[in-house]
Amino acid sequence: MRVPISPVVSLDEVSKVFGGKRALDAVCATIHPGQFVAIVGPSGAGKTTLLRCLAAATTATSGAVRFGSIDVGTLTGAALRQHRAQVGMIYQQFNLVRRLSVMENVLVGRLGHLHGWRWWAALARRFDAAERATALRGLEHVGLLEKVWRRADTLSGGEQQRVAIAKILAQSPQVILADEPVASLDVVNGRLVMDTLRRVASASGLTVVATLHHVEYARGYADRVLGLRDGRLVFNGPPTELGDDALAAVFGEYPPPLDLEADLAAAESAA
Amino acid sequence: MTATPGVLAETLARPVPVVPPMPSNARRNLLTLLTLAVVFALAARVIELRPLELARDAGNIAVFLKGYLQPSFAHIGEYAWQCVVTACIALWGTLLAVTVSIPLGLLGARNLAPHPLIYMGARRVMDLLRAVNEFVFALMFVTAVGLGPFAGMLALGLHTGGVLGKLLSETVEAIDPGQVEGVAAAGASRLHVISFGVIPQVLPNFLSYILLRFESDIRSASVIGMVGGGGIGFYLWDTIRAFNDREAATVILLIVLMVMAVDVVSSRIRRAAI
Repeated sequence: MRVPISPVVSLDEVSKVFGGKRALDAVCATIHPGQFVAIVGPSGAGKTTLLRCLAAATTATSGAVRFGSIDVGTLTGAALRQHRAQVGMIYQQFNLVRRLSVMENVLVGRLGHLHGWRWWAALARRFDAAERATALRGLEHVGLLEKVWRRADTLSGGEQQRVAIAKILAQSPQVILADEPVASLDVVNGRLVMDTLRRVASASGLTVVATLHHVEYARGYADRVLGLRDGRLVFNGPPTELGDDALAAVFGEYPPPLDLEADLAAAESAA
Repeated sequence: MTATPGVLAETLARPVPVVPPMPSNARRNLLTLLTLAVVFALAARVIELRPLELARDAGNIAVFLKGYLQPSFAHIGEYAWQCVVTACIALWGTLLAVTVSIPLGLLGARNLAPHPLIYMGARRVMDLLRAVNEFVFALMFVTAVGLGPFAGMLALGLHTGGVLGKLLSETVEAIDPGQVEGVAAAGASRLHVISFGVIPQVLPNFLSYILLRFESDIRSASVIGMVGGGGIGFYLWDTIRAFNDREAATVILLIVLMVMAVDVVSSRIRRAAI
């Protein structure tokens, strides 16, 4: 696999308005190549909207999202598809094609790179040896070679998310965008997926931008954290600076840790 | 917790809460029934519904039935061959229908159409094909390409193409958009998105619809000969019109057997396909 070089991703006064509501309010940030960036914030803070702007899945109402010198909001048609081929997407619900095999799902990652007869052959889901080899290497990397011919929907959630990572390896994009990659997974599988993502990114120097509603994941994996609240960027710094004050700024009153024994005692004294 | 049984007992011991009476639909239901009764009574006058005549003419019907109880096997070879022709009309008609329905069904699905005008156009073409009965198409094609099975096959193919296209477009509109997005996000072209993200999702249902329509096409093909579309239908029409009851009985028997056989086989395949 070639070593991709991520461009500088810059957000320049990015705002997004949905029917009068400001989902994003003049967000400015620069993401340097190779960084693992976590976007944190409460529900409805605009995390997913920001990620969708980066993916060119939606266009900012004002401001610009730039990959290097390209303003992704202006892309259409073939140029937009080319941009998508350079951006690997990971979804909360994995978004694999359920009835296709694991192999075919990984080969989907190659679709943006095909030309000539390979493009036509792929319409019938046929790929040459080199494309298949790329897919197999990706599957090997995430440790799922033995599931290669299984139907995607027969895999567990954690396995499906790792297949999605293998698909991205086959795609070899310049940037990985992950929308709540572990929100549908249990703790063990969540850690496994985040470890895999982290390893893939650092091994190839890829930029990763992930929305994470668990601050613990952001602390454990990110080089940098962007904190959103009501569409505004209220924190931008390394996870070590994400103290109680910063958390309060992002999440408002952060709830105290669970204390079941105290709750029980209170309930009994009330009765 | 210790408090729960006390709360539960107290809740159940409370007096019955007072709520407004349940809204009643009785008046509306009665009105609906009366309206329906009037509409059906008027419709009965229009179609000259006279059930007593069935009893009065029982003698005529008995004479008629006697012929049907003694099927003639004099021309059974010819009729059997015409059943084969009928099945072939249905086979090619269904194939033509599938060919017509795929582009129409994909362009007529809101989530795939490249432009709202193309969506509207595809929808209207499918509406037209479905609105025109296969017999009307057959009459037109008999004029255009002459009497015979080819005209019947074209007529079946066009009408069923509209029906299958409509079913396909509705199946496509109901697919999971996440799986489509997962393919499109890799930079795939529109055709690749269809091949990887759409077809796997709609294929089982579409195959099932094709087989259902093939069963229906066999039934249509067995009578389309009445208007010159070839197959066993011509003999059905000819023997009934000539009051050749014993021959007509044979033809009807063969049609029933053929339709039953196709239904059994097709439903087996359908169950295996899903």
